[in-house]
This record gives sequence, structure tokens and C-alpha cells, in this order.
Amino acid sequence: MTATAQTAKQSTPAFAEAPIPARAGVGLKAQHYRTILEDEPDIGWFEVHPENYMGAGGPPHRYLSEIRERYPLSLHGVGLSIGDDRPLDEAHLQRLKMLVERYKPGLFSEHLAWSTHDEGYLNDLLPLPYTEETLARVCEHVDQVQDMVGRRMLFENPSTYVRFAETDMGEVDFIAELARRTGCGLLFDVNNVYVQATNHGFSAEDYIDAFPVEHVGEIHLAGHARETDDLGKPLLIDAHDREVDRIVWDLYARAISRAGPVPTLIEWDANVPEWPVLFTEAMRAEEVMRAACGRVAPAVREDERALAV
Amino acid sequence: MINTKTTAAVLAGALVAAVSGTSVPAQAQEMEKCFGVSMAGQNDCAAGPGTTCAGTSSVDYQGNAWKLVPKGSCTTMEVPGDRAGSLEPLTRDIPS
Amino acid sequence: MPSLSEIQTRFVTAIRDRDLPPPEDIVGRGGEAPERRFGIYRNNVHVSLVEALMGSYPVVQRLVGEEFFRGMARVYVGKALPRTPVLIRYGDDFADFIEDFEPARELGYLPDVARLEWAWNLAYHAADRDPVAPQALAAIPPERTGDLVFDLHPSLQIVSSPWPVQAIWETNTNDAEVRPVDLTSGGGDVLVLRPAYDVELRLLPSGGAAFIGALGDGLRLGEAYERAIAASADFDLAANLQGLIASGGIAGFGLADPVAGLDDPNAGTPDINNNGE
Repeated sequence: MTATAQTAKQSTPAFAEAPIPARAGVGLKAQHYRTILEDEPDIGWFEVHPENYMGAGGPPHRYLSEIRERYPLSLHGVGLSIGDDRPLDEAHLQRLKMLVERYKPGLFSEHLAWSTHDEGYLNDLLPLPYTEETLARVCEHVDQVQDMVGRRMLFENPSTYVRFAETDMGEVDFIAELARRTGCGLLFDVNNVYVQATNHGFSAEDYIDAFPVEHVGEIHLAGHARETDDLGKPLLIDAHDREVDRIVWDLYARAISRAGPVPTLIEWDANVPEWPVLFTEAMRAEEVMRAACGRVAPAVREDERALAV
Repeated sequence: MINTKTTAAVLAGALVAAVSGTSVPAQAQEMEKCFGVSMAGQNDCAAGPGTTCAGTSSVDYQGNAWKLVPKGSCTTMEVPGDRAGSLEPLTRDIPS
Repeated sequence: MPSLSEIQTRFVTAIRDRDLPPPEDIVGRGGEAPERRFGIYRNNVHVSLVEALMGSYPVVQRLVGEEFFRGMARVYVGKALPRTPVLIRYGDDFADFIEDFEPARELGYLPDVARLEWAWNLAYHAADRDPVAPQALAAIPPERTGDLVFDLHPSLQIVSSPWPVQAIWETNTNDAEVRPVDLTSGGGDVLVLRPAYDVELRLLPSGGAAFIGALGDGLRLGEAYERAIAASADFDLAANLQGLIASGGIAGFGLADPVAGLDDPNAGTPDINNNGE
């Protein structure tokens, strides 16, 4: 008996498949581990950055395993550098694959960005020029990752502060073509839409109305910081350090009324508040979803079934 | 050179002494919801606020790092005598 | 038109060198020079990496203060970007860097405190293994004790220093108000281990580091004992062995074939008992 218990504890726990429901979830932060395990709040799901669980063992895995036993989990990578001109890091792909196999996440997503160069990892989601060359490279990498990990991924529309003179495609066209060519799904970050619309001077509503919502498997909401650019005009920073902005809530309602009920995440990564504040934001997202679609998570959507390999 | 037979007896005796009355630290099964210190993860996808203007703590450090003077708890580490903590050169005290 | 590769190289070069203007193909909202806009990327890269180091080296930070730490870490980040996106692995040679960082030179103990913090980090994230039960070792036939080989716990490390780094670490980690530490009180070998949930530090007795180091190299108990006595004449085998077992440092054990049987083809590949696995 003792030997069995020890073996079970030391080997990888086998989790049952748990699709992400079309409800609100919250980005899981270490300071909330205990509250969540003790109170077991009624929240749809959690999301983590896999890079924070790439150690061999220790408390991070213990907490995450306990939480994964109680809630569906989504993995949202920050280090893949899918838009890199250089080949993808094979060792990192292996680490991602191991975590996907270990935790069986309901969703697995990454960013349309790049973050690694010859010198090393830059730890920021850097912007891409939207050209046919970039699109071909990104598609090649997305194919490689989806083949390697053995499942469909979601890719997130970025927040950017500059644009490239070389860009000759619209971002929405670029993203739609990426989904069409690779079969990947999309993670629609509504705060990023507003940040970019402000920073680059376009209509956030038009962007949302043109976005290929049929591929959207998840939505992100977050707070942003407000600064000024070189011309003294507003410049929004994707800071994830406060409540979701009023305008972003309105844009979310617009997006969700097009997309239908979609798993929606509250991201709060800096100046992280006490758990009840995050929970309140998540409940607000469910209210907006209910108002816009008339329902929240009545059943698992067809495309989520497809995503949950 | 150590005598092999004597050594064997020493080793066996030491092992018996070492394991008698010794217990290993408590295991996870016995401490519910106690999995150790929860360290914040280092990776996230937030861009830093206050990034473009000077004067906030999150701004990339622009000063001359070579003129920095330590101002933390190191001032309370002490060496015997009158010397003011470890801010004084310690060359003389470095143990060999 | 420049290739994606050229665009990215230009971008990174300008991020890393603050004296360079933003790349020429970067545009803001109008036709302005987007210094502030580009500065966000420069800043995000460097500040986030400095803050990753603050997360891994809280004691070093407390010792020197936040301003000094940020300045020192910024120089480190300027020299060495992470090699992988896994930031819990970033800063493995920060102690070596501190050793050569002139403004920290008078804090002779600082590099070793950083080494202790890094060992703590490694132990925290190391693979989980249950320590062996002491009773299991009691079943070893007395005449075979010298042939015992141990599988040390994956989190086990030893940090040796001439400075009282454990005392410095303890007070800077646990006390709201740091207690003075007598820097001339001597150092020692600190055993860093996470047998279950919490990383534990303990000062090893005389010869303990040589003993555990030898066991870690896969030597038999008898050989490790000889090495420990050579390192320290007053080495106490029972006390050291008990300390190692009680702290959870042994995750498995086995018996190597008797030395006389070295011509046995299986000699040197001991069967390790992995504690029930």
C-alpha cells in the first residue's frame, strides 16, 4: 500500500480530459494557489504560462496538479517565438509537448510574435512585419508545432507599439490567412485590439467586425496602462496590471455577440490583486457573455470538442 | 592505509547507529494542502507600465552602475570592532 | 526589401544598444521618429529580465538594496540574455558575475550568498523523490556495509564558503529586521535539500562535504568514508550518515558487488533500490 502510494505520487498523474467551458477563467498566479485550493471558487477554468512549470518538480507542479484535478486548465505559452526567422527551439518544443502530455490542457495557445534571436531570449513579445515572407515562415512554424505536439493550437493577435515600413498586409488578413493555411485556431485578445487601435489610429470596431471569429477558441481581456507617444498622443501599454477598461468591456460585448459564447480569460500579471478582485472581473465577463449571447456555457461547443484532442 | 576488517566493523556499527531512532521528514500525504512555498512564476506576458518616461522604478536603469553604493541590509552585517559593517574594505578579513 | 532575418537582426541590435536610434523601418502613428515607442521594447526586455533576477535572488537584493541590485542586474542582462525562454533557469552564473562586479567588491560574501540562492532555486524546482526509510538500510548485512552505494536526492547540493552564508541567508529571508551577522564567525559547507515541500539548509559537520561528494560520485560507503577521513581526521561517520538519512538526502541505495569480485561482469553497475519503484 505504502509502495503504491509512493509510486503514484512520484509518477506523472493521469488527468482526465477536461475541455475548457465557454465561461470565464482567470490567469493562475502563485499567490492565489492556496485560496483556490481551500475555497474552490466556482470559476470555469484556469490558464498558466507553461514556461513557469518547466522545472522537473517541486511546489509549482504540486499546486498545479491539485488545481488541475479540480478545474480545466489552459496552457498559454510566451516563449515559442513562432514569428522567428530562425528555426524553432527543438528543446523548447519538447518541453511544451511534455507539459501538454502531463496536464492534458483543454486549450493550448501562443502568441503571434517573436522573442528569440541569435543572442538569446529577449522575454518580450516583439512585433512582426506583415509580409508574404513572414506569413510563410509563421505558417511553417505553426505546422511544425502542431505536428510535434499533436494537437491544434490557438494563436493570439498582438499588442504592438510600432509598425514596420515593410508591412504590406493588414493584420486581420494576415491572421485569417494563417488560420486558413495551418488550420490553427485563434485566441482573440480584445484588449490588444483596443491598445493597437489607439496606438496606430484605426477603428477597433472595424477590426472586431472583420476578425475571422469562426476560428476563435478563446478570448483574452486585460487592463492596460496609458502613456503618451513621441507626438504627445495617447499610447496604450498592454500592462495586465489593472481592471479591464470600460471601452474594452464594450468591445468584448461586440466581439462575443459575433463569436458566440467563447471561453474568456481575465489576465492580470502585474500588481496582482487579491483573489476576490479577480473573481469579480471573471463574473463580470460571464455577465457580459450572458447579456450578449443569452447564455453561458450551456454545453461544450463543437469547435471546443475539436480543440480538445 | 586503513585496515579493511576494522573499517568494515566501523562502517557496520556506524550504519546501525545512524538508522536507529532516525526518521525522514514528513511526507506530502500527511500534510494536506501544504506543498511548500509558492514562488511567483518568472514568465508572464505583461508589458511593463511606465515604460517610456523616466522616474518610475520599472524604467530601464539609465544611471552609471559603476558609481552605485550598496544600501541594503548589508550595512547591518558586521565585523567585530568599530568598523562600520561590511561597507569597509574587507581584504584584511578574508579567511584563507 | 530587407528579409525578415535582416529586419529582426536590426530590431534586436537597436534594442540591445541604447545608443542606437530605432531601426529606420520602424514607424509610429505619423512620420515621427518613434523613440518613445521603440523605447517600450527596449525597456520591456531589460526591465523584465532584471525583475526575473530579483525573483531568483531576493537575499542578494535585500543585502544591497533595490537600486543597487537593479543597476547590477542591468549590467548582467546587458552581457547575457537567457539561453532559453524558461526564466527559472536564468541567472545561473550571476554569482560569478557579482564576483567581478567592481561596486560589489567590498561585499566579499555576496557571490557565495548568490551561489546559495541559486542552489536553493535548483532544489526548489528539482525532481520530486521520496527519501528512503531508515529501516530499509537496517536490513543490510553488516559485512556488506562498505559496499553500499547511494542514490542521492535530486535536489541535494552543497555550497561551501569561507563566509557565514547560511546565517546571512536565514536572517535576510526570515526576519523583518535583519539581525547582524558576524562576518568573521567563519563559514562552512551548507547542505541544500528539498526532501518534500520545503527547501532546507543545514550546516554539514566536518568532512561531511567530502563524504557526501564521494557518495554523489557513486563511490561505495567504504570508499566515501576513506575520502572523508582524508579530508578531515575527526570525521564522525555515524553522525554524518545519520544527518544525511534524517535530512532526506538518500533517495535510493544498493549494494555494489564485493571489491574482490571485480572480475565479475556486473561489478560497477550496482543495482539501485529506488524505494518501491
